[in-house]
Amino acid sequence: MREIAVVAFAQTRHSATDQGQSEPELILPPLEEVREKTGLRTFGFTCSGSCDYLAGAPFSFVSALDALGAWPPISESHVEMDAAWALYEAWVRLQHGDVDSALVYGFGKSSQGDLREIMTLQLDPYYLAPLGLDQVSYAALQASAAKVDRARLDEIVRRSRADGRANPYALDLPDPGGDAFEVEPLRPYDIAPVTDGAAAVVLAAGDLARELCERPAWITGIAHRIEPHYLGMRDLARSASAAEAARAAGAGKGHVDVAELHTQFSHEEPILRQALELPESTIVNPSGGPLAANPVMATGLIRVGEAAQRILDGVAGRTVGHASSGPCLQHNLVTVMEA
Amino acid sequence: MGNPCAVIGIGQTHYTTKRRDVSIAGLVREAALRALQDAGLTWKDIDAVVIGKAPDLFEGVMMPEAYLADALGAAGKPMMRVHTAGSVGGSTALVGASLIQGGVHDRVLVVAFEKQSESNATWALSTHLPFSASLVVGAGGYFAPHIREYIRRSGAPEHIGHLVAVKDRRNALKNPYAHLRIPGIDRKMVESTPMLWEPIRYLDTCPSSDGACAMVLAAGDKLTASTPAWVLGTAMRSEPIFRAGRDTVNPQGGKDCAADVYRQAGITDPRREIDVAEVYVPFSWYEPMWLENLGFAAEGEGWKLTESGATALDGDIPWNASGGVLSSNPIGASGLIRFAEAALQVRGMAGEHQVDGARRALGHAYGGGAQFFAMWMVGSDRP
Repeated sequence: MREIAVVAFAQTRHSATDQGQSEPELILPPLEEVREKTGLRTFGFTCSGSCDYLAGAPFSFVSALDALGAWPPISESHVEMDAAWALYEAWVRLQHGDVDSALVYGFGKSSQGDLREIMTLQLDPYYLAPLGLDQVSYAALQASAAKVDRARLDEIVRRSRADGRANPYALDLPDPGGDAFEVEPLRPYDIAPVTDGAAAVVLAAGDLARELCERPAWITGIAHRIEPHYLGMRDLARSASAAEAARAAGAGKGHVDVAELHTQFSHEEPILRQALELPESTIVNPSGGPLAANPVMATGLIRVGEAAQRILDGVAGRTVGHASSGPCLQHNLVTVMEA
Repeated sequence: MGNPCAVIGIGQTHYTTKRRDVSIAGLVREAALRALQDAGLTWKDIDAVVIGKAPDLFEGVMMPEAYLADALGAAGKPMMRVHTAGSVGGSTALVGASLIQGGVHDRVLVVAFEKQSESNATWALSTHLPFSASLVVGAGGYFAPHIREYIRRSGAPEHIGHLVAVKDRRNALKNPYAHLRIPGIDRKMVESTPMLWEPIRYLDTCPSSDGACAMVLAAGDKLTASTPAWVLGTAMRSEPIFRAGRDTVNPQGGKDCAADVYRQAGITDPRREIDVAEVYVPFSWYEPMWLENLGFAAEGEGWKLTESGATALDGDIPWNASGGVLSSNPIGASGLIRFAEAALQVRGMAGEHQVDGARRALGHAYGGGAQFFAMWMVGSDRP
């Protein structure tokens, strides 16, 4: 495979409430920032991830092209998935060998609607959606199956929120407290907060990557797997697709210094830690992770970006960025990066 | 362009207004099974699945790849969901081909669908974000002014659109999968239908269809079909919808995309070197417009090519031998159907609408405000 690296990453200062910015306004600053960091104004390929249902209108990605200033016309594509999959598509495109750089971005304004209810529309429309099982309820089913003890979940949230407060891009959320359940066994603070935000990443191949930055985060493995949609077909206590993606990406071939995991609920961290076979010595979500900022459709890309940034900054040698999609971790993507 | 890639299996459903007998999962599975059968493969031979469709609001299922993973045999495999507006069917094929050209996989199943009967596409397209209110209703309302501008610039006589409407529907009578089958269709019939968006009459526009299309793509050394369609060139282009000075009638993105794909395929004179083209023509007037945009005719001359009969099934450069989008329009699949029909032609498997001796074919799709383009060239000979 051709050597491809993350050479720049930028994100918005994510917000828990609508700041009156349109999606193109949200994405413009991160796009400018990665252009400035790399000095590149044009890219061999561009790919983005977003979701119409967050905006409640078709083609939410179309106006992003205006923010991009896609002129002259660019070679570009879009996934209706978390932008981590846009990064995957761009990585594949760079394997062709005819272009050397790619711009990837994702954005989401979940403050505009009721995310919990919207995510229900992702379920099988004939047999599951009519049951009215919402996102938090099905996550609670998984939390029950995983049987993680409350003290551990509390510790995960406490740590994530503290790290988030130290991260200028994440939300400032207080230490978790209160005994009320949102949907048992999940408490309100076990759930990733509603967040608006955007992120951008630049990928570059071989010599261009070395030219653009001192310490590129080389992608040594990237893979994703989906599993059956129906919750009853899966062992919810485990994530078979995350484990398989991690194996295919070669996550276990060396020590993982830092892993950024797409945990939209606290109980997903132990499930993913086990699937990725991460040792105790691996630092998980030092950015605070999705429990401290969850701009849906950019959250997974931010995990790859944050994991890459540790290498770009020289504070880690080998990191993993993980992204997830679908109910109860149905679909998982694992990116392994090395200095 | 990367590793050699070929189409080895194609499957389509019969396009129709309402498929009440199948769920969305049943619809995509039907097309996928036919593609697998054509390729002589089973689910286990597939490494990855790429699915495409137009806006999720059309069926009311958000990110339906999650739900459709089971029906498409994707469990345990990578699956991706592409969405690039109306061009999505074409882009879906290109993302699938890219996985092979990039050396990541050997066999990829690409599927695109729309089950328009689940909702009302015109109204799903007419929802706008706050503060960007628009008076445009549906795609016809958006594109009619572009067509009027084309007519003004080119001086094309008003019957040109009707000629395309008739020609494509006559072709559709030879395609068993086509949705609109109107025996005896002629200019008079088209002219007698109501005006929807000046100058687009009812029969100048595409239908709303339920349907799915699937293809099996394979690496050059993993072929199972004796008659593969080789991918000779692939390209995508996008441009901003609101850019001042953008020419929406003859978009730069379309010209650049065509130039890129012709360069890869070694085409210098598309009119002479391409045997058949399946081009995204959702409103009849888009045939002369795209003839110019894709370099088959000089600017302002496209309508003359249409009028001369050159684009008819027995002309020297048949366009939309299958009946095109004007005859079948499951929106998200319409681009993939163009790409698949181009492949069927160079495989010599297009049946009654086969263009004799077709060796090089163009598949084309566009979307958004005529701002997203996806194209490929396929051929009967290994590049």
